[in-house]
Amino acid sequence: MSFPLLTVTAALPAVGAVATAAVPAARRTAAKWSALLFSLATLVLAAVVLARFDPDGGRYQLTESHAWIADFGVRYELGVDGIGAVMIALTALLIPFVVAAGWHDADPGEERPSSRWRPTQGFFALILAVEAMVIVSFAATDVFLFYIFFEAMLIPMYFLIGGFGDRAHAAGEDEGAKQRSYAAVKFLLYNLAGGLIMLAAVVGLYAVTADQLGTGTFSLQQIAEARSSGELTMATTTERLLFLGFFVAFAIKAPLWPVHTWLPNAMGEATAPVAVLITAVVDKVGTFAMLRFCLGLFPGASDWATPVVIALALVSILYGALLAVGQRDIKRLVAYASISHFGFIILGIFAMTSQGQGGATLYMVFHGISTAALMLVAGFLISRRGSRLIADFGGVQKVAPVLAGTFLVGGLATLSLPGLAPFVSEFLVLVGTFSRYPVAGIVATAGIILAALYVLLLYQRTMTGPVKRPEIEKMPDLRARELAVAVPLVALLVVLGLFPKPLTEIVNPAVEHTMSDVKKTDPKPQRPVAEHGWFDYKPARHSGGEHE
Amino acid sequence: MSPANYVYLAALLFTIGAAGVLLRRNAIVVFMCVELMLNAANLTLIAFSRMHGNLDGQIMAFFVMVVAAAEVVVGLAIIVMLYRSRHSASVDDANLMKL
Amino acid sequence: MESLIGVLVGAPLLGAAVLLCGGKALDRAGHWLGTLLAAASFVVGAVLFFGMLGRAGDDRAMHSHLWSWIPVDGFRADVAFQLDQLSMTFVLLITGVGTLIHVYSIGYMEHDERRRRFFGYLNLFLAAMLLLVLADNFLLLYVGWEGVGLASYLLIGFWQHKPSAATAAKKAFLVNRVGDAGLAIAIFLMFTTFGSFAFAPVLANAGDASEGKLTAIGLMLLLAACGKSAQVPLQSWLGDAMEGPTPVSALIHAATMVTAGVYLITRSGAIFNGAPDAQLAVVVVGAVTLLFGAIVGCAKDDIKKALAGSTMSQIGYMILAAGLGPVGYAFAIMHLVTHGFFKAGLFLGAGSVMHGMNDEVDMRRYGGLRKYMPVTFVTFGLGYLAIIGFPGLSGFFSKDQIIEAAFGKGGTQGWILGGVALLGAAITAYYMTRVMIMTFFGEERWRTERTPSPDRPDVEPAASVRGEHAEPHPHESPGVMTIPMIVLAIGSVAAGAVFKLGDSFVNWLEPVTQFEHGHPPVSATVVTTATIVALVIGVGAAWLQYGRRPVPAVAPRGNLLTRAARRDLLQDDFNHAVLVTGGTHLTRSLVYTDNKVVDGAVNGTAAAFGGLSGRLRRVQNGFARTYAVSMFGGAAVLIAATLLMRAV
Repeated sequence: MSFPLLTVTAALPAVGAVATAAVPAARRTAAKWSALLFSLATLVLAAVVLARFDPDGGRYQLTESHAWIADFGVRYELGVDGIGAVMIALTALLIPFVVAAGWHDADPGEERPSSRWRPTQGFFALILAVEAMVIVSFAATDVFLFYIFFEAMLIPMYFLIGGFGDRAHAAGEDEGAKQRSYAAVKFLLYNLAGGLIMLAAVVGLYAVTADQLGTGTFSLQQIAEARSSGELTMATTTERLLFLGFFVAFAIKAPLWPVHTWLPNAMGEATAPVAVLITAVVDKVGTFAMLRFCLGLFPGASDWATPVVIALALVSILYGALLAVGQRDIKRLVAYASISHFGFIILGIFAMTSQGQGGATLYMVFHGISTAALMLVAGFLISRRGSRLIADFGGVQKVAPVLAGTFLVGGLATLSLPGLAPFVSEFLVLVGTFSRYPVAGIVATAGIILAALYVLLLYQRTMTGPVKRPEIEKMPDLRARELAVAVPLVALLVVLGLFPKPLTEIVNPAVEHTMSDVKKTDPKPQRPVAEHGWFDYKPARHSGGEHE
Repeated sequence: MSPANYVYLAALLFTIGAAGVLLRRNAIVVFMCVELMLNAANLTLIAFSRMHGNLDGQIMAFFVMVVAAAEVVVGLAIIVMLYRSRHSASVDDANLMKL
Repeated sequence: MESLIGVLVGAPLLGAAVLLCGGKALDRAGHWLGTLLAAASFVVGAVLFFGMLGRAGDDRAMHSHLWSWIPVDGFRADVAFQLDQLSMTFVLLITGVGTLIHVYSIGYMEHDERRRRFFGYLNLFLAAMLLLVLADNFLLLYVGWEGVGLASYLLIGFWQHKPSAATAAKKAFLVNRVGDAGLAIAIFLMFTTFGSFAFAPVLANAGDASEGKLTAIGLMLLLAACGKSAQVPLQSWLGDAMEGPTPVSALIHAATMVTAGVYLITRSGAIFNGAPDAQLAVVVVGAVTLLFGAIVGCAKDDIKKALAGSTMSQIGYMILAAGLGPVGYAFAIMHLVTHGFFKAGLFLGAGSVMHGMNDEVDMRRYGGLRKYMPVTFVTFGLGYLAIIGFPGLSGFFSKDQIIEAAFGKGGTQGWILGGVALLGAAITAYYMTRVMIMTFFGEERWRTERTPSPDRPDVEPAASVRGEHAEPHPHESPGVMTIPMIVLAIGSVAAGAVFKLGDSFVNWLEPVTQFEHGHPPVSATVVTTATIVALVIGVGAAWLQYGRRPVPAVAPRGNLLTRAARRDLLQDDFNHAVLVTGGTHLTRSLVYTDNKVVDGAVNGTAAAFGGLSGRLRRVQNGFARTYAVSMFGGAAVLIAATLLMRAV
C-alpha cells in the first residue's frame, strides 16, 4: 500500500480549515497565518504530485481505491491524469494568493466588538474548505465521489459570497448586504438546480451499469474497461440523456451562455479574492468535468452534441466580450470577460482535436493565473477608493504606477498578448478549432479583438487621463503584501508564456487518452510537410514570372 | 321495504353530520354532528346485520354506543372547560397552538 | 556566430526588463543604459553582417534554435531565429536608426520625469521588432508583431495624462488587433494546409498548395500588413499615433514598425507568387494608400500629421512594389531602407523644431525658422530632397525603381499603377515642399500668433514640465539631438546611390526574395524623365501656393476635398458612425437583454415559484376544520376516482 498522496493533499487544507476555525476569536492574525501556512504546505504537496506524475506512465496515477458504500458500488477512488494533476497544482497555487490578498477582507468592523464574533477565522477556514473539496473533485475517479464534492463545494462558497461581501458598495451598506445575499442565493440555487439534474444522471448511470454488468458501479476505469470490451453498451437515447444531465450541471458551473447570469452577480458582490476563487478555481471544476466525464463516459453523445455546444461556446465568447465592453463595474467586467474565456475553454474541449483540448487544459490554468492577477490587483484598487465603478477612477497611473503596471500586465494577459501565458492556450484552442471547424475558428478569432477593446477601455478609463478626484490623489501605491501577491503572478504569466513546455508535456498524454476515448484523430493537413530539418531550406529559384 | 333504504338514510345522516362538523363553528353543534355521524354508522351496521342475517353488526353497534357515551363525557367536559376559559364555544377561538 | 543572434534580441530585452522593473535608483543613468544596450545590439548586428558578407550569396542564412516553445501533438512551435539577408537588412536598420533615436531622445526627453520608463519602452520596442524580423516561424513572428503593437501602444500613450494620447494609443492597438486577427487566421490556414507554420517548410512547399488556399492565406497576410503598416482600410490609427513623443513617431511610426507589413509580404513572397489574386489585392491596397496618404498629407497643418500622411503614402509605394512579386520585392525593401533614413530624419527634424517652439505643431505658426535652426534646416532639407526624389539622393533611386516596376506590370494594370505612382510622386513633391516652406521660409508668423495655439490645449504635452514660457524663442537643439539628425541626413543623401551602385542591394537580397527584371512598356529613361517632371510640377505648385503668397495663420476653409482630407478623408467619421456608435448601441442593448431577458428568464422562474408558493401558503390557515374539509374533499375525490376507474 503506497502513500496516499492525493488523500493527504486534499486532507491538509481540510485540517487547516478546522485548525483555522478553532483559533480563538482574539487571535485573528494567528488565524490568517494558519491559513497561509496550510495553503503553502498544500502547494508543496501539490508540487510533489506534479513531480511524481510520470507523463509516460499509465493514464491514472497515484491511484487510491477503497470500498465505501459497497451496496451501491460507490468507491473512494482517487487518481490523476495529466489534466487533473495540473488542475490540482493550479488550485494549490492560487489559494495562497487568495489568502494573502484577502488578508484584511474579513477583519471585523468597529461596530461588532463582541469577542465571540469571529468572521476572520470563518473566512479563511471556508477558503481552505473549498480548496480541499476542489482538490478531491479534481482527483476523484469515482463519479459518485466526484458528485458529492462537486455539490458540497456550494456550501462554503455560499457563505463566502453571502457572508463576506465587498465593503465598497455604491448603494450603501444595507443595500450591499441585500444584493450580496441575492447573489449568494442565486449562486446556490443555480448550481443546485444543475446538481440535481446531474444527480438524476448519476442514478441513471448506476441503473445502466447495474443492468448490464450485474453490479452497478461508478468507477470511471471500470466503466471505461467495460465499454472498450463491449460488455457495456448504452442505447443512443440513454447515452444522450445521461450526457445532457452531466453537461447541464457542468455548463452552469463553467458557466456557459445562457446559464451564466449567476457569475456576474456572484463575482460582483463577493470580495475580489473570493471572486478569484469562484472564477479561477471552482468554475474550473465544471470545464474539467466536461473533459473527464462528459467526453470520457459518453463519447458518442458528446459527438452528437458538439455542433450545439460549439455554437453556445461561440455565443459565450462574443456575448461575454460585448457585455464586458458595456459594464460600468470593474468586477462585473472581469466576470463577463471570464464568461468569454470559458467559451474558449469549452470550444477547445469540443473541437475534439489534440491542439484544442491541450489548449483548453492550458487555458484553464493560464486563465486562472491571469484572472487572479487582474482581479486581485483590481481588488487592491477598489479597496483604496471604496468604489467598484469604473467612472470613479481615472489617472491612477500617475499616483500609483506600480499598481497600474501590474494591472496592465494582468489586462494584457487577459487579452492574450503573445509572450504572456494565455496566448499559448488561446492560440492552441483557436488553431485546434480552426482545423476542424474553420468558420467557428474565425468567429472565435473576432473575440480577441473584442478582448483588446474591453481591457484597454478599462485601463484607459481607470488608469490614464488627468487625476480626477482628491481621493485618487492620495492613493498609495502597492504595499509589500500586495506586491507579494501581484509580482509572482505576473512573473508566472511571463515565464509560462515563454516556456509552457513542462505543462504541455504533462498534459499531452492525457489529451491523447481523451482523444482515443472519443475515437477522434486530428484532421490531417492537406499538404503535409514531412518532418525535416528546418535548416537546409533554400528557396526554389523562381523560373520566370507570369507577367513576361 | 328493502334494507337498502336504511343504508341510504344512514348515508344521508352521515353527510349531514359531516357537513355540520366541517362547517359549523359552535363546538356543541359540532359535537352533536359527530354524534349524528356515529349514529349513521350504527344504522348501517344494523342494516347490514339484517341484510346478511348475522348478529356481528348489532354487536358492533353496541360497542359504538359505549364508545360514543365515553366520548360525550370527555368531549362535553372539554367544551365546558373551553367555554369557561374563553367565554365562547367557537372552535375557531381555540387557536393557541396556531402559529 | 549563431549564438550572437539571440544577443541581438536579448540586449534590448534586458534593457527593457531592467529599466521597467528597476526602481527610481535608475532614473539618473537609465537612459544611458538603454542607449548602450541598443548600441550593443547594433554592434552585434554589424559583426554578424560582416561575417555574412564573408560567405557566398546562398550560404549566408544562419539559424539559431533556442528552445522548443509549444510542443503539442502535431503542432510544433519553436523559439528559433533565422538570420538571412532580408532579416539582416532589417536588423541593421532597426538597431542603427534605433540607436540614433535613443541618443536623440536623451536630449528630447531630458526634462521628462518619466524618462527612464520611456527608454524602457523604447528598448522593449527594439526587442520586439528584432524578434519580428528574426523569427524563423510565423507564430514567433506573431509574438514580435503584437509585441511591437504593445510597445507602440505604450509609447503613443506615453503622456497618459492627456486623454487624447490615451485614446490614440487604444485606437492604434485596436486597429492593429484587427490586422493581428488576420495574421492569426493566416497561421491557422498554414497549419491546416501544411501542418506547419515555420518559414522553411511553408515557403518551400507553397507551390504544392492549391491556389485558393494560397489566395486565402495571402489575403489574411495582407489584412495583417494593412493593420501594422497603416494601409487602407486600416490606416486610421497612424495620424492619431502622432500623439506620442516625436522620437517615437520617428522610430516606430516612420522608420521601422509600420514597415513590418512590407516585411511580412516580402517574407511570404512564395505564398503570394502562387496567388495572383492576392497579389492584385496587395497592389490595389498599395496604390490606393499611396494616393490616400499623399492627399491627407497635403491638407494637414500639424507638421507631424503631415509627415504621418507621407509615411502612409510611402509605405503604399512599398506595398505596391511588394505586390508586384519578385520584380518588386527588392525595390520595396530598398525604398523601405532609404525611407527609414529620410523619414526618421524628417521626424527628428520636426521634433527639433517643436523643441525650439514650445511643442507647437501647427505649421501655420512657424515660418522663417531657417535662420534660427540652421542644422535642423539643413538636415531637414536634405531629408526633404530625398523624399521628393531629387535626382541623386536616395529617394530618387528607390522610388524611381518602384515606378518603373509598376509600369512593368504590363497591360492596362501597368499603366494604371505606373500612373498612380507618378501622380503620387507629384503630390509627394507638393506636400513636402509645402511643409518645408511653411516651416523654414516665409514670414515669422510665430511672432504674432500665440504658441501653442490656445484653441488646442491638448497638443501641448510637456511645456509646463519643462518650465518654458508661452512665448517661443526658436533655438537650435543641443548636440545630442542634432548629431543623430546629421547621421540620418547623410544616410538620406547617400544610401540610394550606394544601393544602386552595381545593383548591390538587389544582388544582396536576391537569394532570399529572388529577382527578375521587369519589362516596362517604355524605356527606363522615359520613366525617369516623367518622374522628374512630376517632381517639378509638384514643387512648382506648392511654391505658387505657399511660397509666393504669405501663409494665413488660420487655415482657410478650403474646398470640399481639402476639408475632407483634413478629416482623413472622412474615414474616422465613418468609423465613428458605424463602429463606435453602432458598437455602443449593440453593447448597451446587449447589457439590457442580459439583465432583462436572459437573467429575466431566471428571475422570472424564481418569481413564478415564489408567487405559487405564496398562493399555496394560504391553504395552511391553521383551522382544523379547514384541514378536515380538505381531507374530506380529498377522500371524496379519491373515492370518486376509484369508482370512475372501476366503471371505465
